[in-house]
Amino acid sequence: MPKSDSKPAVKASKDNPELRLIGTPFRRVDGRTKVTGQLQFADDLSFPRMVYVKLVRSTVPHANIKNIDCSEARKMPGVVDIMLGEELPVPYGILPVSRDEHALAINKVRFVGDPVAAVAALTEDQAHEAALAVKVKYEVLPTIDSIQTALKTPEPRIHEYGDEGNLHKKVSLEFGAVDEGFEQADVVLEDTVFFQGNTHLPIEQHAAVAVAEDEDRVTLYSSTQTPHYVHRALARVLQIPASRIRVIACSVGGGFGGKTDPFNHEIIVTKLALKLGRPVKATLTREEVFYCHRGRHPVLMNLRTGFRKDGSMTAQHLRTALDGGGYGSYGVASTFYTGALQTTTYTLPAYRFEAVRAFTNKPPCGPKRGHGTPQPRFAYEIHLDKAAEKLRIDPAELRLRNLLPANSVTANWLEVGSTGLRQCIEAVVAGSGWKERYGKLPEGRGLGLACGAYMCGAGLPIYWNHMPQSGVQLKLDRSGGVAIFCGQAEVGQGSDSVLAAIVAEILGISLADVRLCVADTDLTPVDLGSYSSRVTLMMGQAAMQAAERARELIAKAVGAQLEIPENYLVFADNRVFYSGDPDKGLSFSEAVIAAEARFGTLGTTGSYTPPRAPGRYRGAGVGPSPTYSFTAAILEVEVDPQTGLYNVDHVWLAHDIGRAINPVLVLGQIEGSVYMGLGEAIMEEQEFRRLPKRLSPSLVHKMPSLLEYKSPGFHDMPEITSYLVETDDERGPFGAKEVGQGPLLPIMPALANAVYDAVGVRVDQVPIRPDLVLKGLQAKAKGKEARVGPANFPEIDFGDPVLVHTPEQGGDGRAVDDPKAKRRTGVGSSTGTMKERDQALKEKDSAALTTN
Amino acid sequence: MKARSTTTTAVLKINDEDHAVAFPVHHTLLEVLREECGLTGTKHGCELGECGACAVLVDGEPVLSCLMLAAEAGDRNIETIEGLQRNNDLHPLQTAFADLGATQCGYCIPGILMLAKALLEREPDPSEGQIREALSGNLCRCTGYNRIVLAVQWAAAMARGDDWRPPPEAFHSTSLPQASA
Ligand code: FES
Ligand code: FES
Repeated sequence: MPKSDSKPAVKASKDNPELRLIGTPFRRVDGRTKVTGQLQFADDLSFPRMVYVKLVRSTVPHANIKNIDCSEARKMPGVVDIMLGEELPVPYGILPVSRDEHALAINKVRFVGDPVAAVAALTEDQAHEAALAVKVKYEVLPTIDSIQTALKTPEPRIHEYGDEGNLHKKVSLEFGAVDEGFEQADVVLEDTVFFQGNTHLPIEQHAAVAVAEDEDRVTLYSSTQTPHYVHRALARVLQIPASRIRVIACSVGGGFGGKTDPFNHEIIVTKLALKLGRPVKATLTREEVFYCHRGRHPVLMNLRTGFRKDGSMTAQHLRTALDGGGYGSYGVASTFYTGALQTTTYTLPAYRFEAVRAFTNKPPCGPKRGHGTPQPRFAYEIHLDKAAEKLRIDPAELRLRNLLPANSVTANWLEVGSTGLRQCIEAVVAGSGWKERYGKLPEGRGLGLACGAYMCGAGLPIYWNHMPQSGVQLKLDRSGGVAIFCGQAEVGQGSDSVLAAIVAEILGISLADVRLCVADTDLTPVDLGSYSSRVTLMMGQAAMQAAERARELIAKAVGAQLEIPENYLVFADNRVFYSGDPDKGLSFSEAVIAAEARFGTLGTTGSYTPPRAPGRYRGAGVGPSPTYSFTAAILEVEVDPQTGLYNVDHVWLAHDIGRAINPVLVLGQIEGSVYMGLGEAIMEEQEFRRLPKRLSPSLVHKMPSLLEYKSPGFHDMPEITSYLVETDDERGPFGAKEVGQGPLLPIMPALANAVYDAVGVRVDQVPIRPDLVLKGLQAKAKGKEARVGPANFPEIDFGDPVLVHTPEQGGDGRAVDDPKAKRRTGVGSSTGTMKERDQALKEKDSAALTTN
Repeated sequence: MKARSTTTTAVLKINDEDHAVAFPVHHTLLEVLREECGLTGTKHGCELGECGACAVLVDGEPVLSCLMLAAEAGDRNIETIEGLQRNNDLHPLQTAFADLGATQCGYCIPGILMLAKALLEREPDPSEGQIREALSGNLCRCTGYNRIVLAVQWAAAMARGDDWRPPPEAFHSTSLPQASA
């Protein structure tokens, strides 16, 4: 029996001050293999009898295929097979609403780089030579090269589906009384802003190897962030049961969203492996990586906001136009994301969001770190800087006055739980000496502030289902080792380490006693993949549940054996012992033996499904997340007024991380985000150019090489001061939130704002190239408006708006014209907070809050 | 058709071990290391001399293995990432990179580690500027570089037997400043 002075053991949880691992910097579990060359990426794999594939890619941007002549190529040395589109007739695409891709073009090509044939040969050289010998005849169609051209050119259509002409998707949403809001405003501000596209640029080129194991069983090894979605796409296109296909995501050499689509080369090698009965490999060249893209959409935006004199906002109207490239990819989601998270940082009582995504004859755009959010965030945060100036309110103060309170439901029905944005702003303001220095630095030197918020996992999966979004299994046995199985993919962000640490913490064992088996669709339970900053939260919760269940079993067995009540058992230091007398206990392996003897073979599972969000209108599926992370950043810049050249000297960045699982990796994510944000802000451009018309109709990438596509190097990085704000979110594992994407968001607008503080030039577009700063300086010198940016936003018919009452108006999350819509009455509906909603739910007051 | 390549043979001395290999004459050292010798620790990001991922040391000097023909590498002393550790003990650079989180996806790291090794052999106590200069030909898309620079400084200290460590804020958050009222 327990001694009278002993206390029940405190379990490892976020309230437990005695966490041993969580919160302490530790070496990432894959750290050693990553510094020894031991870790194998997809292209490092090779198998006996492996053949190599090269893709023949379209040389024209938009055309009907008249003829493909492979006769010459088939005779070339080493050629094993040449495959054309007819062999893979089933279309696919990451989103069920836009399955518009074929692994190899059928009849039509939609951008330079679209694959039309696949050549397999004994060596890579032979495949390359033979691919050059494949002759394709095209009937060239007019090229749609921009948003503007797409708006003006409904015919010929790049795709036969979509909202109209070459407009893939149109969105029109209105939350609350927007027009009234503008009428109540003292000042209405309007900005037109352009955010150029840019690309992920992972240093690892995509690679995939498929190995046939039977007539109808095959394994694909690939550099993918989303093995589960690749698995689904393969089953669909190859028309064989998913159970016969095994997808293993190798460690990814940088993803940033660029390896989240199922890719044509993945499908092609898998098909060929089954056809040829031998391993097949494809590795993209760097140029091909630029052409398969799926990166940041170029977005033209118009933002109008009403402010009262005190700085509070009355209404906002945002219009965005996205240049989508040749295929759907994640584009429909990206389109919604250019508006969805606009409400999460500051209180907006009424909000109208209109968007259009155009198809153009360029590589498809998709998700890149921040997915659709950096563009409108840039517009919003420079807009606020201008508002602050106009209203004569300090920019930091303006943001603080408008902060969205914790536990709010926003105008567009997102539940925002904990928020540390206030602490974040206060931290960077104090750290940078903002109050003493902003607006007061000598000419040429400036400070700029911006904020942001990001999801910790998309609330909804990509395809509609009721299953968990993350699953974890544990296997424990008498060795004392714990094997963890989970479908998540390590892309460098440290998800393996998060998984191992959570289980090790709860079971009180060391990381060395944990074995991971991840991202293998045959062996691991489904996790949707490494995108939308979902892994720490969702996988983390599933891992906690699995580990807690294992702890319970072990505690039962040990408690019975040692005659100690289960809740007096402590799991720590690879032991299970009595809280009143640490000597009384068992080693962890003895404890597992006790449990294995008592319960038989030991295994537990955990799963995580996000809570359902309250929005019920069409489009409400994009934006919800279990919780949101928040970031504030201040940049200090020095601009040379003669040349427009500038240097970012220092970045202060504070991030609401909820709780840092491993601070050293959190800091790494922040620094990587700052770096990538600076790249976008200063220099990176995914740009295209027409070749001289008499030579070619082509629209080609302007700089498809690592040298020409400028990205920051070792000499370009400022000093970074990072602050972690810990808000212990109740929905996060041990309180944790995301950090992989959020910290990128404020960098671009903070730079624009800093340049303005330094030299009084507004660059309303990204990248903020020095030549644009110079242009602004020259305009200023001539007494003209010192602004560089797009002149106007085109006239676009976005369609009839879907009207949705806000929580404050007593709405129920549905569109007004939805027959099920009801206005909520009573029960404090006017405040629209999560608390009120919970209260209403408890009292079953408002019929439509959760039922569907 | 163009005449196809002829094959040649060579004995390459890699990490003090001889590898007798046959390969097409036009193949680069990168290709032969990875495909003929099975040393896949050396990576590639461009095969055009633009990213530095493929860097190895040849006679102690950094070389982009994608730009050197393997046929030129016979009789030379080639060092790759696989040879950096001694038996099962990590080189200080490896320890520092792993412990400081200076590797994220890890793909650019072999090249960077080899360049850093050459630097430390030349300059046991390099300044921050010297480190940035030595590594400036290498791209990393994950880390933002600063942590790599710090890891090299830390490794240099370890190698010199100096107990200098990166400051605490490299491992933990910088403590939150008090908001001035
Ligand atoms: S692969 Fe050699 S420099 Fe990029
Ligand atoms: S660690 Fe990923 S590219 Fe450097």
